[in-house]
Amino acid sequence: MILVFIEHKNCVLNKVSLEAIAAAQSIAKDLGLKVSAVIPCDKDCALAETIAQYNLEKVIVAKNPKLGIYTPDAYADAWEDVIKRENPQYVVMAHTYQVRDFAPKVAARLGKEVVGDCIRYTADGGKLTLTRRIFLGKLDADVTVGGDAPYFVTFQSGAFRGDNSEKGTANVESIDVNVGDIRMEAEEPFQEAKASVDLTKSEIIVAVGRGIKSQENLAVAQSLADALGADLAASRPICDAEWLPIDRQIGSSGQTVAPKVYIALGISGAIQHIVGMKNAGTIVAINKDAEAPIFDIADYGIVGDLFEAVPTLVEEIKKAKA
Amino acid sequence: MKIIVLMKQVANKDAVLRVGADEKWIDESNISQQTNESDGYALEEALRMKEAKGDGEVVVCTLGAQSAKTVLKDALARGADRAIHVVADNVNRLSPYQIAKAIADAIASENADLVYTGLQSDDASYGQTGVILAELLGIPHATIVIEVDRASLNGSLRVKRELESGWYQWFKYQLPALLTIQSGISQIRYASLKGIMAAKKKEIRDVTPTIEPFAGAQKIEKVYLPLKMKQTQMLGGGDAKKGAVELVEKLKTEVRVL
Repeated sequence: MILVFIEHKNCVLNKVSLEAIAAAQSIAKDLGLKVSAVIPCDKDCALAETIAQYNLEKVIVAKNPKLGIYTPDAYADAWEDVIKRENPQYVVMAHTYQVRDFAPKVAARLGKEVVGDCIRYTADGGKLTLTRRIFLGKLDADVTVGGDAPYFVTFQSGAFRGDNSEKGTANVESIDVNVGDIRMEAEEPFQEAKASVDLTKSEIIVAVGRGIKSQENLAVAQSLADALGADLAASRPICDAEWLPIDRQIGSSGQTVAPKVYIALGISGAIQHIVGMKNAGTIVAINKDAEAPIFDIADYGIVGDLFEAVPTLVEEIKKAKA
Repeated sequence: MKIIVLMKQVANKDAVLRVGADEKWIDESNISQQTNESDGYALEEALRMKEAKGDGEVVVCTLGAQSAKTVLKDALARGADRAIHVVADNVNRLSPYQIAKAIADAIASENADLVYTGLQSDDASYGQTGVILAELLGIPHATIVIEVDRASLNGSLRVKRELESGWYQWFKYQLPALLTIQSGISQIRYASLKGIMAAKKKEIRDVTPTIEPFAGAQKIEKVYLPLKMKQTQMLGGGDAKKGAVELVEKLKTEVRVL
């Protein structure tokens, strides 16, 4: 059996879990296994009926009063209990921040590791080979796991399509799971002051990365944004350095955007950035490093100095618009 | 108050990587190395905690080849008090559990109040060494910490975790605890000349670990350049200005945004 984790907050689904269902169903087909979903909750989770409409063996609501608000200790205990009862071959999860927090703990407790942030897999001889991105996206690694089941696998957001998960009917089964002492107290999650710029609505985005070199040089990128009527955005290092406010950040910890055109200036294309912009209509990359991973997803690429390219771009755009 | 900071030496971000002859890792000869980015932030946060408290000890620890001493020396120059070097070659062949176990063996007797690590390494990016280590040490953990409420320290500590899409959450931990620190938590200081001089007198203790085979280890079978997902039109042929002219033409005729 494959167990797939359904992530939720107050019984509201994190939709990336549907991608995990699609991944688990795909692996199940290749290996001749069945899939069951696991929802940790403090009550008979309202989400269970929704998840029961997918092609699953069963939906297990792992219930304990301590599972109302997420803590790594409670989730690790609950999962350990479920795994010991169900003896799965694989445990499949989406590679979310929450999963990154508790999954390695569960795995370690059972003498296992997590093969994390996978982008695809191949099945051969009843076992999986997982592919992960390493070196900030510059290389791929094919990975196998040793030892006995269960094997823990997490998939990167977008590796599978949630709307490809197969529908069906499943029984809902509620079980009371054991949760021991919790060594941390969780407060309510909150959203920081609403972003002043909503980049998700931008038609054109000019984004800068470390290649811009200094805060003063942002004016170069701004001139291009002005010429195109675009919004200025950045990769994480730029916002970490406080050259631009965090509401301009694109990527897993910032905004996820899909503009018509995305122009990446001096951005190498670490995975954490790419997940936030890969669905842009047209991606343009300007980078000195011909091997920067950003070129793998770009429609148009210029290998060269952005400080040479951008002024020419601005000039030519003005001509074209005149 | 004792804080142990785990730091790793990784390939420089701007290094041009070549796949090694055995196709299981990069060719590390002639690759410039640097301290893993988020580990630098972990150190900074530990130093700030010590400064806020007015006393305490910051101990840096790395697992790596002799070349990784550079990372420790740099940390000592920035203000760490002493260092532990778990000496191991070919770290890339170790799985995250094996790495965590070797570090746990080396630091367990230190009985630190806090252990800080970066949230993941920029080379193998397993993102779980810290969490496994906490489990092996029997202490609670928080990952992707973006703020530490240093004033709250009193047998317990409040920390802010980054969630996704601009959400955050505060947690209160009983100590000892392990935190994995997110990049950008604070601005990293430079080593002063005084710091560099003082570092020469600080202790770096070498530890030779016993690394046992681990049945559940994940194994890298092959590394390679990512398969291209798109047909990229490369413009300008290496001439940035020419590329810019060609790009505007494409934006006009193919993308039609001009």
